[in-house]
Amino acid sequence: MTYTLDIPFQMIDPDGASTGAELPNLTDAELRELFVHMQRVRTVDARMLKLQRAGRVGFVGSTVGQEASMIGTAAPLRVTDWLWSGLREGGAALMRGLPLGEYIAQMYCNAHDTAKGRQMCNHFQHKGSNYPSWSSVIGTQIPHGVGAAFAAKKQGKDEVHTIYFGDGATSSNGFHSGMTFAAVWKAPAVFVCIHNGWAISVPSAAQTAVARWTDKGIAYGVPAAEVDGNDVLACYNAMQVALERARAGEGPTLLIVKTYRMMGHSSSDDPTVYRTAAEVDPWTKRDPLTRFAKFLESRGILAEGEAAGIERELTEETDSEIHKQEAAPGMPLRSLVEDVYSEVPRHLMSQYNSFIETAERHGEAQKGDGAFPL
Amino acid sequence: MAIQTLLGAVNDALRTAMRRDESVLMFGEDVGLKGGVFLATGGLQKEFGKERCFDTPLSEDGIIGAAIGMAMNGMRPVAEIQFQDFIFPAFDQIVSEAAKLRYRSGGQYTAPMVIRTPYGGGIRGGLYHSQSGEAYFCHTPGLKVVIPSTPYDAKGLLLASIADPDPVLFMEPKALYRSVKGEVPEDYYTVDLSTTRTVLEGDDVTVFCYGAMVPVVEKAAAMAAEKGISVLVIDLRTLLPLDEDGVVEAAKRTGRVVTVTEAPRFCGYAGEISAIVAERAMEYMEAPVLRVTGFDTPFPNTLEHHYLPDARRVIDAIEKVYSF
Repeated sequence: MTYTLDIPFQMIDPDGASTGAELPNLTDAELRELFVHMQRVRTVDARMLKLQRAGRVGFVGSTVGQEASMIGTAAPLRVTDWLWSGLREGGAALMRGLPLGEYIAQMYCNAHDTAKGRQMCNHFQHKGSNYPSWSSVIGTQIPHGVGAAFAAKKQGKDEVHTIYFGDGATSSNGFHSGMTFAAVWKAPAVFVCIHNGWAISVPSAAQTAVARWTDKGIAYGVPAAEVDGNDVLACYNAMQVALERARAGEGPTLLIVKTYRMMGHSSSDDPTVYRTAAEVDPWTKRDPLTRFAKFLESRGILAEGEAAGIERELTEETDSEIHKQEAAPGMPLRSLVEDVYSEVPRHLMSQYNSFIETAERHGEAQKGDGAFPL
Repeated sequence: MAIQTLLGAVNDALRTAMRRDESVLMFGEDVGLKGGVFLATGGLQKEFGKERCFDTPLSEDGIIGAAIGMAMNGMRPVAEIQFQDFIFPAFDQIVSEAAKLRYRSGGQYTAPMVIRTPYGGGIRGGLYHSQSGEAYFCHTPGLKVVIPSTPYDAKGLLLASIADPDPVLFMEPKALYRSVKGEVPEDYYTVDLSTTRTVLEGDDVTVFCYGAMVPVVEKAAAMAAEKGISVLVIDLRTLLPLDEDGVVEAAKRTGRVVTVTEAPRFCGYAGEISAIVAERAMEYMEAPVLRVTGFDTPFPNTLEHHYLPDARRVIDAIEKVYSF
């Protein structure tokens, strides 16, 4: 058996021309919609970075350059499928139904944040589209997705669990155990390695000695394919194949989605310390949005100048939501001890009461922050 | 009511839970056909099939990680870690993920699951088959930590743990697996996860203990009784969240407190009991609050019977606080 799936690496070349590979079956309207989703990711990202620079939000994991990898792979998912994410898949959640207001509320960690302001910025979740809460620890979501896929199979649920992680995460325990368990269980799962070249400051070459990243699947018995992550249609097509395999009971697939992290790891990171402009520059020419826009323009799906108009609209939409979230209150103090357990246990009530006594003495308690009756 | 060993009660609880609720799955290393290295899962695969009681690849990190995903998607997983000493590859999954999921998601996602694991010394298992690591886990908000000491409690606490909406680490005192017997109801019942158990009533000295130390303390209490010292013995049984009010109440009753654990002393559970007593019942204390524990060393092999607190060490501590 071969463990390398025969999937086109590229469908649109960097100049926006078709490579001749058979394109996914999408209507013009659907193709245009894909572009809008990608542009939204970039627009929101740029706005969040500005807010970070202005000191309004604390932390941004920029996704510039990775829009196609995220949107292309997530677009063929059904609503019932799950997307287990890492740092940079928030845009996929937006496409799948996470309201923009909730996205921004999470960046502000305010009272509208469904996670109640408990996670640092850029840690999205959205129950409505099966986008679970994730931790900052690398690779831990991988076995979760596998266990959930196994549970779906057991319950006869028609769900595929797609599990996203970066190239650095392939070195983690979670990758090893997740791949092992998924293959043994033939779990309906897809492993999506967004290979963006860097794990903060450590290059992908320092994560593994394998020359072809798809080889990582062989030892686990997981078929793999590599796709151009800056080509949204190649990503879409590869994910469709992997999803079909999962739905047909053929087990998990590993996709290596080759892209590039154009910015630092986060707003707190200066990438010029560890990489040169000479490395980054060629990737500017491979920009996924420019490429897809050219492709759409060449087919008359996008009129010349239309992309700029879309960007303007998305900026307005984003700014309007930002204004709303700016005005939202912070979390009440009582949330300090809530959701640790299903019910607040007595020792946490006492700890809170003692804290609130002090806060009241110093005039810092807010309305509704009252002590628990003990 | 049937007389059962603690091991039999664990098996009974699993069987009862799996009969009641189809979403309960039991898995881990060697738990299937073999029925576990201690036979805690004996016969379960035969009754419920490989679909519900099965062996996994040999990765604790994977077992617990996958269990979390199962719990998040509608199942009630019961994962066995073969020896508590082998749990550390899964420490991250337990501490960073299972225990924090509800909190970090604002209550949107939860991981109702049970991790069963045999712990403690007494079987000549050396330093990797004997540890008592409860303190590591009791330092983890969001997790519940439960240790039974009788067959009745083993079944009732395990059933309560499986029904609990939060992740529970259920530590089974392997030294007691076959050495304690008791009456166990055949039907479903639960023992509340937030109360202590009074093992023995007494007025002179309070001894707190749990798991395999309970019979040791009972023996010491019987020796003390012969010397005219009446000992109140409290089995803590749910270490996290602890019934702190129950502890304080029991401490105040005698004003003399000893805590017995087989785990190492420093930063251990006995220290926490001492701290609670010092903070909330200091004015009632007639003597220093003492600890009887294992040594701050790795768990020994040939000398384990010296490492483990025995009735002599416990009675010494009882007499010390009594005569202070």
